[in-house]
Amino acid sequence: MVEEPVMTERDKILTRIREALQVPAAQPGAHDARPATAAAPSSAIGEARRWLPKVGASFDEQLALFAKNAADLKANFQLFASVEELNAALVQLRVAENWQRVASHQAELSSRACTVLDLPVCWTDRGYDVLEMEKCDAGITECDALIAQTGSVLVTTRSAGGRALSILPPHHVVIARRTQLVADLTAAFALIQQKYAPDYPSMISFITGPSRTGDIERILVLGAHGPKKLTIFCL
Amino acid sequence: MDALFPRAGISMVHILERLGHRVICPEEIACCGQPPFNSGYFAEARSMAGPVLEALKTAEAVVIGSGSCGAMVKKFYPELFAGTPQAALAEQIASKTWEFSDFLVNKLGVTELGAHFPARVTFHDGCHGLRELGIKASPRALLRQVRGLELIEMKEAATCCGFGGTFAAKFPAISTAMGEVKCSSALETGAEYIVSNDSSCLMHVQGLLSRQGQSLKTLHLAEVLAQQ
Amino acid sequence: MSTNATQFQAAAEKVTGDLRQRQFIRTALGNYEIARDLRKASFQSWESARQTAATTKWQAINHLDTHLEALVAKLEARGTKVHWASNGVQAREIILAIVRDKKARSIIKSKAMTSEEIHLNDALEKAGFDVVESDLGEFIVQLRGEAPYHIVFPSMHLTRGQIRELFQKELGSTSSDSPEELTMVARQVMRHKYITADIGFTGGNFAIAETGMISITENEGNARLTAALPKTMVTLLGIEKVLPKLSDLALFLPMLATAGAGQALTCYNTMYGGPRQPGEVDGPEEWHVILLDNHRTELLADAEQRDALHCIRCGACLNVCPIFRNVGGHTYGTTYSGPVGSVITPHLRGLQDWKHLSSASSLCGACTEACPVKIDLHHHLLQNRRNAATEKPAFFERLGYRLLAFIANDRVLWLVAKKIGRLTQPLQHFVKGTALDPARAWTKTRDLPPLAPVSFKEWWRNRS
Repeated sequence: MVEEPVMTERDKILTRIREALQVPAAQPGAHDARPATAAAPSSAIGEARRWLPKVGASFDEQLALFAKNAADLKANFQLFASVEELNAALVQLRVAENWQRVASHQAELSSRACTVLDLPVCWTDRGYDVLEMEKCDAGITECDALIAQTGSVLVTTRSAGGRALSILPPHHVVIARRTQLVADLTAAFALIQQKYAPDYPSMISFITGPSRTGDIERILVLGAHGPKKLTIFCL
Repeated sequence: MDALFPRAGISMVHILERLGHRVICPEEIACCGQPPFNSGYFAEARSMAGPVLEALKTAEAVVIGSGSCGAMVKKFYPELFAGTPQAALAEQIASKTWEFSDFLVNKLGVTELGAHFPARVTFHDGCHGLRELGIKASPRALLRQVRGLELIEMKEAATCCGFGGTFAAKFPAISTAMGEVKCSSALETGAEYIVSNDSSCLMHVQGLLSRQGQSLKTLHLAEVLAQQ
Repeated sequence: MSTNATQFQAAAEKVTGDLRQRQFIRTALGNYEIARDLRKASFQSWESARQTAATTKWQAINHLDTHLEALVAKLEARGTKVHWASNGVQAREIILAIVRDKKARSIIKSKAMTSEEIHLNDALEKAGFDVVESDLGEFIVQLRGEAPYHIVFPSMHLTRGQIRELFQKELGSTSSDSPEELTMVARQVMRHKYITADIGFTGGNFAIAETGMISITENEGNARLTAALPKTMVTLLGIEKVLPKLSDLALFLPMLATAGAGQALTCYNTMYGGPRQPGEVDGPEEWHVILLDNHRTELLADAEQRDALHCIRCGACLNVCPIFRNVGGHTYGTTYSGPVGSVITPHLRGLQDWKHLSSASSLCGACTEACPVKIDLHHHLLQNRRNAATEKPAFFERLGYRLLAFIANDRVLWLVAKKIGRLTQPLQHFVKGTALDPARAWTKTRDLPPLAPVSFKEWWRNRS
């Protein structure tokens, strides 16, 4: 006797989907009284770039845009001409914020920053104790890119020492290189795919300013759960 | 418009005749069928709309002095009659139907009607005219040519007044609240008249204004344009 | 009228009568509007962006099976455990099984409207598990024992004073009513919860088929923490959240932020591709992703309304809807409010029980205009009305329309009706606004216009 194979929920759902899709649906935006002036384009990488806010082509324009966005977002962005100047600024920050301990990961820029700061470090590279990280005043990481269009910092588990380092400590410090500046999100996603496919980091995050909320009377408050301060030092 | 606001219709006739057109108002029909349509009773809507189609068959152009009725005929009749024997006729009628201000400005190319109406007015955009038919510029183009008229835009010009047909009776509390927002916004402008291309909106707003004892009055666009 | 409809009417009456609350909502949404318009204006073409977004979602939804299979294959290849739930009951069972298996003592949640949809918190609490909402707005309404007021701004209906009192009562806090201080109170409470929670629960905004990732959009960082610290991560999302390619996010993330909150981008937009991978230093050891149907396939089968599944839950339609603005989110009495809620709830929870939501609209179309993915929202409301009336016509209403058709199409009858109206209208003055008044729904708050002494048709007849 041949038994009917038991259908899993997956099979049932996929079957329902396939049956449903046998009847075609109208093209998108068919109802619009005033259709968009451009002809309906297919979903291509270039489309986002055509419609989203324009970003200048030159490095200087992009840098200026990033700086402006960062300022609007209340992130502290500084560009340095030399390593020495960056190091001096780090020390200044340590003193101003009265840091006692920091968390970080072993990478060229972040390790050097920690050496300069000369404080106890909670390193994430070989696993760490969350309670120890919670005691840290700042988390110092590198990044994958800086995005001019939005003033965002792109981090992954691989470029920023894991998932928690860039979100748990109350002050997130990013050490970046100016060559990491890209124009827009389209470029950022292309970078991710080029750099990591097919073995992506399990977390990829766009950080756009310090953490915030508007949940109380729509009034903006910084430092909701993530870092209250975001500092981006760029060489 | 027939029973409650005949002056709007009369004004339309005068304006079109002054421009040299022959106007015919079919007597056999009275309603485009939007009330049953909006409540989902399409068969009943068709029984009202069918005679309308027949009555308008021979017209060169159909001009409607209401954004909502205009939208009903122009946008929704094809949908209402799709798959029925009158489908082709519905498409045909829809393609030659115009809302009044749209007709004057975009079909006839006329904005100057020799009108004279010295008053401060604010314009209410009826939702169906605005969002189904894309009418925003034509009423304003016409009003700007009226001698002595000062047009002040209200903040909530494009916000729904809350009439919505049977909605006003089925959800009176919400309808009234929405109307109150519209009235406050109009009153803020200091205008003497609220003008619109939709009598049903005006009826609702006027009903609230009267109850509130406000002196702000409502007028149909055609009535303003017919003033000489 | 169903009980839901009666409750809706009662709630609507209450809120529309509360001028303070109405003004409060309008102020909150007014601020959003200013920011949103600024952002839209910065686009090279917002309207073209909408069309591209609509087309992308159309591709995604109309090839949903293919994309879901690709998504799941990629997720499973990296160690994610994927579950399929046909309905809310199954989804709850799956989640409860995970929670029991892990012997969880503490669960921390980031915002997930689908979890509201399946009443997850209730089920977890009844089973004896402690659940904390980490999103500030959700945390606040959870303490109040209320549903979220808005799908994006859960606590927009509350003043800072009310929140201060709430924190005082429930948390023993002595903070002032400054939003800054109140936020810090919540932040403090949450730190401990993140660190000690066994299970982190999230929703998802988008599911990328090409790379097998779930994208989460937020401002506070609570979802990032929920996905970083607990040993087990559970994510619930509707099957319709699919996007074909990673690069699609370059358009959707800014559009979601713009339409939803008037921001260029929200603070954290994060793509998760799996549990902790070999070589990674932290992250959950296990990640369970639950794909929820719950009547979405039925909506899919309705080709006319299939685009309702394009929804990215931005809340823009709620923000522009004059009904929402005057009755608020709780009046709807269901998870998804505003225009999109009024369209999909009859599909998700039953047409006859929820058709009143589709009726409670003037069909102004502001929602359709605002929707970043061009869902034909207000026409869907009309289609729901048609479907409801066809399935179960209301006897007297239908009779009324038949009568109206009969009179309107007969020149003489129409004339007679007007004459009778003119004669009896003065009588209406005596019963105006009372129970005897047939036009009471109107006259309670508005004056009726007088019937014109000479109607248009009579004028027309006389001149020819």
